[in-house]
Amino acid sequence: MGRTLAEKVWDDHVVRRAEGEPDLLFIDLHLLHEVTSPQAFDGLRQAGRPVRRLDLTIATEDHNTPTLDIDKPIADPVSRVQLETLRKNAADFGVRLHSLGDVEQGVVHVVGPQLGLTQPGTTVVCGDSHTSTHGAFGALAFGIGTSQVEHVLATQTLPLARPRTMAITIDGELPEDVTAKDLILAVITKIGTGGGQGYILEYRGSAIEKLSMEARMTICNMSIEAGARAGMIAPDETTFAYIEGRAHAPQGEDWDAAVAYWKTLKSDEDAEFDAEVVIDAASLAPFVTWGTNPGQGAPLSATVPDPASYEDASERFAAEKALEYMGLTAGQALRDIKVDTVFVGSCTNGRIEDLRAAAAIVEGHKVADGVRMLVVPGSARVGLQAVSEGLDLVFKEAGAEWRHAGCSMCLGMNPDQLAPGERSASTSNRNFEGRQGKGGRTHLVSPQVAAATAVLGHLASPADLSDADVRTPAGV
Amino acid sequence: MEAFTTHTGRAVPLRRSNVDTDQIIPAHWLKKVTRDGFEDGLFEAWRKDPSFILNQPERTGATVLVAGPDFGTGSSREHAVWALQNYGFKAVVSSRFADIFRGNSLKNGLLTVVLEQKIVDALQELTEKDPQAPVTVDLEAREVRAEGITAAFELDENARWRLLNGLDDISITLQNEADISAYEAKRPSHKPRTVRI
Repeated sequence: MGRTLAEKVWDDHVVRRAEGEPDLLFIDLHLLHEVTSPQAFDGLRQAGRPVRRLDLTIATEDHNTPTLDIDKPIADPVSRVQLETLRKNAADFGVRLHSLGDVEQGVVHVVGPQLGLTQPGTTVVCGDSHTSTHGAFGALAFGIGTSQVEHVLATQTLPLARPRTMAITIDGELPEDVTAKDLILAVITKIGTGGGQGYILEYRGSAIEKLSMEARMTICNMSIEAGARAGMIAPDETTFAYIEGRAHAPQGEDWDAAVAYWKTLKSDEDAEFDAEVVIDAASLAPFVTWGTNPGQGAPLSATVPDPASYEDASERFAAEKALEYMGLTAGQALRDIKVDTVFVGSCTNGRIEDLRAAAAIVEGHKVADGVRMLVVPGSARVGLQAVSEGLDLVFKEAGAEWRHAGCSMCLGMNPDQLAPGERSASTSNRNFEGRQGKGGRTHLVSPQVAAATAVLGHLASPADLSDADVRTPAGV
Repeated sequence: MEAFTTHTGRAVPLRRSNVDTDQIIPAHWLKKVTRDGFEDGLFEAWRKDPSFILNQPERTGATVLVAGPDFGTGSSREHAVWALQNYGFKAVVSSRFADIFRGNSLKNGLLTVVLEQKIVDALQELTEKDPQAPVTVDLEAREVRAEGITAAFELDENARWRLLNGLDDISITLQNEADISAYEAKRPSHKPRTVRI
């Protein structure tokens, strides 16, 4: 019988397989950041162990880094200690580190692909659940805890039980203004936050094949929000073209050998998935969340659901709690929801295509009165690219704040936070209670919806803007 | 890791589904660089509400958390497990756990027990009625026992063996050094490297 993509990559990394034991898998790339690594390095020190493969390890600073005044000492002393701890650990153990101010610094899941380190058929881990992002290249990539970070540092392997596989097949054409973000939010709402639990998802079908690498990363990034272990997309010419020429892409004969291998990385015709979900791309629309988990979403044209409409008692209770926390009423039109803040950024939507899409919509408009729009590039390099295209000026002229790279308001570990009761439209990945700041309320959206929302002051799609009487001539 | 064999203690029913790790331990606590001192951050936002169950005096000293489905979703932060342990919890019962949280818990000796929702409901009812009711989580017998309830649970034999003996994963893996070296020797040269050594 044929094998799925996930099974092929898994099998190629088995160091040891024994009856009654989890497989021991080799890890090709270990990404580190300041939040989930300090206790792991401490563990190595206590046991007197070195980092086994420095050449497969790389670190960056992202969660705590400020997005303003990056040339000054970090104001929050606790954040500063955590960053200094990573710098000390990297120096003590010899790990390559890209610190704040370095051109390669940025959100760890933006940095790996941009350096060409994320490649098809590799295993990629990081102490961060959004490691699933790298699956867009046909890599088997997943988030791990700090004990596992220590395990990988010490052994370059992980003992793991093999997950099941689920195909998410999306055929057809995505309608205009419907993005990868809308697609993945719709998938999560359909299968639920636990729907992918125990599975590696493989996104496939003609709608997926047409997507750019960056859009594919947005989709795989949020696999974890459906509870999945990982999400993958089979590599193709789009993937190879994205990698070619990057700093760590294979060269010469290695490139040819790599591409030959990468071309084998697709699910066989007769491979059997343990589960399958089919979605018609044409049925999708701009999608937003109304609740406090990423599975509580609806098309932008819908209304806030009535908790009483849920048959399952725990879902009903969760919806009631969510509406209470979000300050929403059942039946209210989603488009009527006013926001205070718009955040464009994160490992989900902080890449150059996301910034281009948001800029194209705000260009010639002004951010609505009383709305603060923050634009945070996913990495320093993405920021430089945006500046070279003049996108920073477009955002600034519209009244948005143009910031330095980092995780920023996705989780508010740095000073970029919502105040209690404030409401955001955010291109990030989690709308959990308090995620963006204590008492803050989050609606997850695409960059396009974020930009239109910033201009109109309420949840909106770009199509709503054509009727809006706010356009000023470009260049004014 | 401390070994886990069997534990008996009072339980706290937490009737919420989808308790994510941002609720278990908010992000600002993640700036700490140690594995201890997270107890005050556990469910921090909810504990500000005097009616929250952990604030009830009769729940002081409880060691078993009986949670709703999809406990531990979201971020991979192991701090969520440390916070539960620092607070005093030894075991968490739910009908479904998020994968990463479960993996983290078993590596730290916090036993996460999966039971059918109707048994979780029964445990929640029992401990709501009687906060003093003892609940036993027996890893040797793979059984949860409380008044009127005896429920078997599954845990893969390898994870159970590691927990029962308090074994450190890294030393077990390093016993397979020869296998790791053999794998490394045959890796293709086109695989990515972060630095040239």
